[in-house]
Amino acid sequence: MNFDFSDDQKQLRDQARKFLTEKCSPKAVRAVLDGKAPYDKELWKGLAEMGFLGVAIPEDFGGAGAGHLELCVIAEEMGRANAPVPFSSTVYLAAEALLIAGNEAQKKKWLPAIASGEAIGTLALFEGKGNPSPKTIKLTAANGVLNGVKKPVADGAIADFAVVAARTGSSGRDGDISLFVVDLKDGGVEVKSLTNLDPTRGQAEITFRDCKAEPLGAAGEGWSILTQVLDRAAVLCAFEQVGGSDRALEMGRDYALDRIAFGRQIGSFQAVKHMLADMYVSATLARSNSYYGAWALSTNAAELPEAAAAARISATQAFQHCAKNNIQVHGGMGFTWEFDCHMYYRRANAMALGLGSLSYWEDQLIDRMRKKNAA
Amino acid sequence: MNFDDTPQEAEFRATARAWIGANAPKQYEDELRKSSLGRTQLKNANILDVAKAWQKKKADAGWACLHWPKEYGGRGSSPIERVIWQQEEGPFGQLSRMFIIGHGMCGPTMMAFAREEHKRAYLPPLASGEKVWCQLFSEPAGGSDVAGLRTRAEKDGDDWVINGQKIWTSGAHYSDYGILLTRTDPTVPKHKGLTMFFLDMKSPGVEVRPIKQASGASDFNEVYFTNVRIPDHQRLGEVGDGWNVSLTTLMNERSAIGAAVSTGFPELFEYCSSLMLDGGPAIEDRAVRAKLANWAVKASGLKYTSMRAISALSKGERPGPENSIGKLVAGSMIQDVATYALDLQGAGGVVSGENAELAGRFQAMLLRAPGTRVEGGTDEIMRNIIAERVLGLPGDIRVDKDVPFNKIPTKGRG
Repeated sequence: MNFDFSDDQKQLRDQARKFLTEKCSPKAVRAVLDGKAPYDKELWKGLAEMGFLGVAIPEDFGGAGAGHLELCVIAEEMGRANAPVPFSSTVYLAAEALLIAGNEAQKKKWLPAIASGEAIGTLALFEGKGNPSPKTIKLTAANGVLNGVKKPVADGAIADFAVVAARTGSSGRDGDISLFVVDLKDGGVEVKSLTNLDPTRGQAEITFRDCKAEPLGAAGEGWSILTQVLDRAAVLCAFEQVGGSDRALEMGRDYALDRIAFGRQIGSFQAVKHMLADMYVSATLARSNSYYGAWALSTNAAELPEAAAAARISATQAFQHCAKNNIQVHGGMGFTWEFDCHMYYRRANAMALGLGSLSYWEDQLIDRMRKKNAA
Repeated sequence: MNFDDTPQEAEFRATARAWIGANAPKQYEDELRKSSLGRTQLKNANILDVAKAWQKKKADAGWACLHWPKEYGGRGSSPIERVIWQQEEGPFGQLSRMFIIGHGMCGPTMMAFAREEHKRAYLPPLASGEKVWCQLFSEPAGGSDVAGLRTRAEKDGDDWVINGQKIWTSGAHYSDYGILLTRTDPTVPKHKGLTMFFLDMKSPGVEVRPIKQASGASDFNEVYFTNVRIPDHQRLGEVGDGWNVSLTTLMNERSAIGAAVSTGFPELFEYCSSLMLDGGPAIEDRAVRAKLANWAVKASGLKYTSMRAISALSKGERPGPENSIGKLVAGSMIQDVATYALDLQGAGGVVSGENAELAGRFQAMLLRAPGTRVEGGTDEIMRNIIAERVLGLPGDIRVDKDVPFNKIPTKGRG
């Protein structure tokens, strides 16, 4: 058994960390947070040049063809750096949907463009409140045109194309849902930016009016494809969350060592030490669950649905826990705009909702565990 | 990243599996599998006798204390082989809990500090379960402050004379030998005046009194020493170096990774799958599912954390303080799980024992659980270990650090 990343994968992690430390400083993140740009274009270009955007995209489609373990390693570093780029929407959601269900022409059109940084993609799934479910999808597709409104769409305002979930039937079953690819530059859409918890990763409302769309995968297969996409994205996001948890823990630890109160380092107070120890515990459990998810993702194991849900829940909890208590360790300084703590707090809480909330994944996990036990 | 055995590991696993299949006491398998914290006992047999017989059988065939050297009764196996053995031994591994202190802590301490002739004489019967050992560290005034102990050892010719009291000694009532931490110099700061020995528990002046626990069971004891004589050649390490010797013991406790930690989760999941609540199956209830999911990811997180540790071990890395999280997480989890299982039973949950739901499994767990959060280091000590040794935060301020032991004020029981 070797339940760890390989030396090559760890080297890739070091490389990604070094690159992001240089190109994605808190100052760079703040430029986006302060509204100076919708995302960090320079960083996005750099990520493409490093080959990080296409790391899991096959060589035939312009990627590095390395694999999903490598993508997990990079995801962790993206989370650590709190990178203000549309990485998760483009690489985990749009690219994975194309890899799972795209035809040759669709893959040829979009995957090389993703790998080279020319195209930003996203998944247009949600329509207001609620968790992923075929019932919440009202947007219709008929005769190759879409009508309806999607919100929130992650990075929707800067995306070049979107994978859109639409209703194509009225049976009341999963088979009513089909997926489409829409080139957002072709017209038929109206895009509006939405303010959101984490401005370093934008959200938008997209209205489709008789918008031309190409089917992605077979008609009626949409929900089954989406489930796979969400499971894969859950593992990848879990690595971002693990990276964020570790960084928040480090910030708290460093501050506890640095800050003196009542004549001693605050990190010498047991109450503070124990809070940091608990952050370490949650981050460690999340990391271990995520490693299992990574194994399942990279081998396309039958365990993936359960592993993905466990990684998702554990990593969501850990990131929220670490980000929240990092602020607590910092005391009053922690919730000032000037300190970086809130950037991780925002990201943690936004990420907790993006693929469906905790309650959705709790439900998924129990269903999947029951299915396994019954089998 | 993979879960596959190497060819050598696979061969070892196959050999171990075949031997266990042919030799394990199968008649107890079901009971052992269903036993959980607070409930490891056999209905129609004395568990100590069954455990000793299984251990002896393993020893005779070369499967006892796998990672110990052969000359001391072990097999000279790699750490990973030890883990594979534990996985294959499955529920029968519950039986070796009777020897966990001896095999996990006393044996390695003897190996590191005893004279060669003592190692050859005492270790093989310890490995084979013929002789049981206990560890005499904790004291009424000590608690988590192990170095605060007051049991005195005074030199008298070639012997040491011991007077004092130990407490929380697991298994002392059926132990043949023990390792004993004593104070030999009360005029120096507390960590500097300690000395370690091993002794025959049948020595004149040793009195063992079982402690009745909250659960009603008696796993632990008080042990009184009145003018007990120990020959100097049974000293482990130098006079005054007992603290360092005891650290070796405690480090070995940590390396007992790979053994499955009890969280209570599999039991709860199974229970909720069959339990009917007013509105239908418990597992279809929204609130129940949320609770279960939260515990599920803790249980799986612990499992995969342990797998990561095993992988590190197989690469030759030493287990570090980060492994403290197993007991920390599992300890409070099993308590919460038991509490919740009883909550699901409503008023009926108050009934315990054979007449209760699942023959009182969760009730027994509830009453035993507080102990897991204390033994081997409290939750608070575990958090300190993580904070100080993993995260590098400052140690607690110790006001007694440089004070001679006999000048430190004390009060209360630990």
